[in-house]
Formats: sequence, C-alpha cells, structure tokens
Amino acid sequence: MCLAIPGKVIEIAQDENGVRMGRANFGGIVKQVCLEYTPDVHLGDFVLVHVGFALGKVDEEEAARTYKLLEEMKQLSELEVPTGDGADAGARGSP
Amino acid sequence: MKLLDEYRNEALAQKIVAEIRRTVTRPWVLMVVCGGQTHSIVKYGLDRLLPAQVELVHGPGCPVCVTSLEMIDKAHAIARRPEVIFCSFGDMLRVPGSGADLLIIKSRGADVRVVYSPIDCLKIARANPDRKVVFFAIGFETTAPANAMAVWQARHQGLKNFSILVSHVLVPPSIASILQSPLNRVQGFLGPGHVCTVMGYREYEPLSARFHVPIVITGFEPLDLLEGTLMAIRQLEAGEAKVENQYGRVVSREGNRVAQEFVNKVFEVCDRKWRGVGSIPKSGYKLRWEFRDHDAERLFDVKEIDTQEPEECISGLVLRGVKKPHDCPAFGKQCTPDHPLGATMVSAEGACAAYYAYGRHLQTAEEKAFFPS
Repeated sequence: MCLAIPGKVIEIAQDENGVRMGRANFGGIVKQVCLEYTPDVHLGDFVLVHVGFALGKVDEEEAARTYKLLEEMKQLSELEVPTGDGADAGARGSP
Repeated sequence: MKLLDEYRNEALAQKIVAEIRRTVTRPWVLMVVCGGQTHSIVKYGLDRLLPAQVELVHGPGCPVCVTSLEMIDKAHAIARRPEVIFCSFGDMLRVPGSGADLLIIKSRGADVRVVYSPIDCLKIARANPDRKVVFFAIGFETTAPANAMAVWQARHQGLKNFSILVSHVLVPPSIASILQSPLNRVQGFLGPGHVCTVMGYREYEPLSARFHVPIVITGFEPLDLLEGTLMAIRQLEAGEAKVENQYGRVVSREGNRVAQEFVNKVFEVCDRKWRGVGSIPKSGYKLRWEFRDHDAERLFDVKEIDTQEPEECISGLVLRGVKKPHDCPAFGKQCTPDHPLGATMVSAEGACAAYYAYGRHLQTAEEKAFFPS
C-alpha cells in the first residue's frame, strides 16, 4: 500500500486551480503527478510517486534500481488504472 | 523453493548475511512493520537466509488489513446507495465485510470505481454533479498527503458532491501498542521507509528511548532489508536502543515538511479501531471540523454496525507479531486468497497472503524442520 514508484518528471505546469501538477514517465507509461509537495523538483528530476503524488526526489540510479525491483515483484499494476474518469472498475490497482 | 536465484546482488547479500551470522550470539525477534517489506522478504526468501536466532515477524503495516470491519461495512452501506459513486483503491474491492465485498456490491448494480489517485475522484465529481462521489480514504501516513489534497481541492473548487470516508492509521501509536502488550515478543523494528519519507523519523526517537528498542528505518530492496536487519542486530547485541536510518538515500530526519504541514491543515489525530487489534488511542486521522462537509461518515449518517469476525481467524495476533501465518490451523486450508477468513489473507501485502503466494503453505515436513518460521 505504501508502494512508491520512481518516475522522471517530463512536464511541470500549474493547473487551472493553481496546483503544481506535472507528468512523469514510469518506464514508458506516462501519468499525471501532483508536484505540490516537491516544490524543489525540476524538469528531468526523478521523483518517488505514491498514488499520483510526488513525495520526494530520488537520483536516477536509485530510480532505475527500484523500478526493476518493482517490475520483478509485479507491483506496477496500479499504473494500469486509468487516470481519466476512473470508470474501469475491472482493473486492479495495488496502492 | 525460491531463495535468491533471481536476485541480482547475491554476493553482496551473502556478505551481509555472513556479517549477521558473525554478529548474532542469541535469539532476537525483529518486527518488519510495513506490508510491502513483508512481501519482499517472503518473495526473496530473505528470512530463510538469516541465522536461526534471528526471527522476523510481520507487523500491522497493511492498511487494507487493519481497516476495521465496521468501517468496511460502512463503506458498503454507502456504496449501495443509488446516488453514490463509490471510489476506492483496487485492493479494497475484495476485502470482505460482514456480508459481501465491494466487487459483489458492484455486480449487484452499485457504481463502484477503482481509481489510481484520490485526485481522480474530483474529475468524476465534476462530471457527475447530480451524484455523490465518495472516496474510501484508507492508508498510513504515506497516503495522507494525497487524501488531504483531494479534500482541500474539493473545498477550494466548491465541489460539494465529493466526500471521503476516512480510515487513516498511524504507525508510531501501533508500535507503542505492540510493545505495551503482555504478549509482546518484539525486540527491535525495521521501520517503514515510505511512511518516513513523508513524516521523517523524529517521532520514533521517543518510542525507541521509552521502550528501549532499536528502530531502523529501512528501504524495500532485498539488500536494504538485510542491511536493516544487520543494523538492528548490531544494536541489540551491543545493548543499544536508538533510531537509525538505513534508507538515507530517500528518508531524512525531518521528512517532507511541506506535505506534513498540508496534512495537518486537513486532518487531526483521533483514536482509531484497527481490525484484529482493537482501538488504539491517537492512532488515526480524521477530517478537521472545517472540512466536515466532505466527511462521508457525517454526511451519510451510517449507524454503528455490529460486526463479527470468524472465530478461527488469528489475524489479530499475526498483525501484532505474536503469531505467524503458519501457526494458524486454517492457513492454506479453509483460508486462502480466494476464500479469505481474515484481512491478512485478503490484501497482497497481508502476511498470510504473502506466505501463501510464495508457497509457504506447501512446505514439506523437512523444510518445516529446517525453516521453523
């Protein structure tokens, strides 16, 4: 549940409500990420993401290692849950 | 049997294990607090690499497991309402309440949706102004910043049809509760790395001093877990009790201050009932009064529900590290992931489900003698 997945920040922008949002690349899957809790993160940084929120920075080597481990443990399924309207209740996420 | 055959740093792991063997002189019991760490330990067979004197027991760090039956029944009562769109993380769907689970309720026509992030519920609320969108906000400190932001944004954006059913739990009070129990066997802790990414580890220092136990904040990789074990054993053998940080590449003593401040704006500490454990004082978060319009428990006025756990289930003892999955006569027999009796079998991070997933219920008699865990 407290799984956190490292991703590379590829876009940073304020949304229409002034929230610092962005997009991060998780080994090919790109998802929206809230960057409000990581004000010091810049484009190209790697962040540790939990349920769509960046909780801290990690270095690239650490990110690659963690990602490989999670892949082995088959714990990346939560990334397959669509971010949009979340209507696909059949998909299983594992936060 | 799968030990380290797929493990990349076997040589380094063996070095750490050898150092643990050199260090240990007597039996010690360490608790692995976090469910994710338990999963990693059982998957890689790390517990079986350790000398027999070092016993790893599994803790309460699985929010799906510890969410009380009463709260799950409340969730189900809310999800059944026709005006409600009930949103949840995927792994809550199969958790049995007193009656059904969310998947069954969905199959009977309720609008139950899996979301990746609580923030996604805001979009659903905006798109469905005539419906009430409720998010089942479970989790430890790691998840609180996300849930806090969802509620904050809902208020800021005037989304009156969004609320959360809060069942947040906190790690340090659960550690104190375990250590205060007369049944306690735990002498040291591997602390939860991602909870501490948010919270830092200052609040573990008084716990370590008060109960004279080592607490080593530990990461999630096999090597992290072995190193954390070594650090805890070194302290125990030296008669020390302090907080150490094995996961320093991610965790700082202060944690993420921005996230903590935000969580404190939205949530306040409250007593919380844990499944299998009972009520623990000041062990949860509830919404502050200012956010009462987004509090599903208040909005839906669900009556207190009288619940009953299956008698044969020992998940409460497993969650406190008193027993291990093997000790349960129902483990792998009447109780399996397809027919779970208790919560530690339902979530993949529950200790019973992890033991089952990696074949621990299939151990031969010789293996049991060799690996008495």
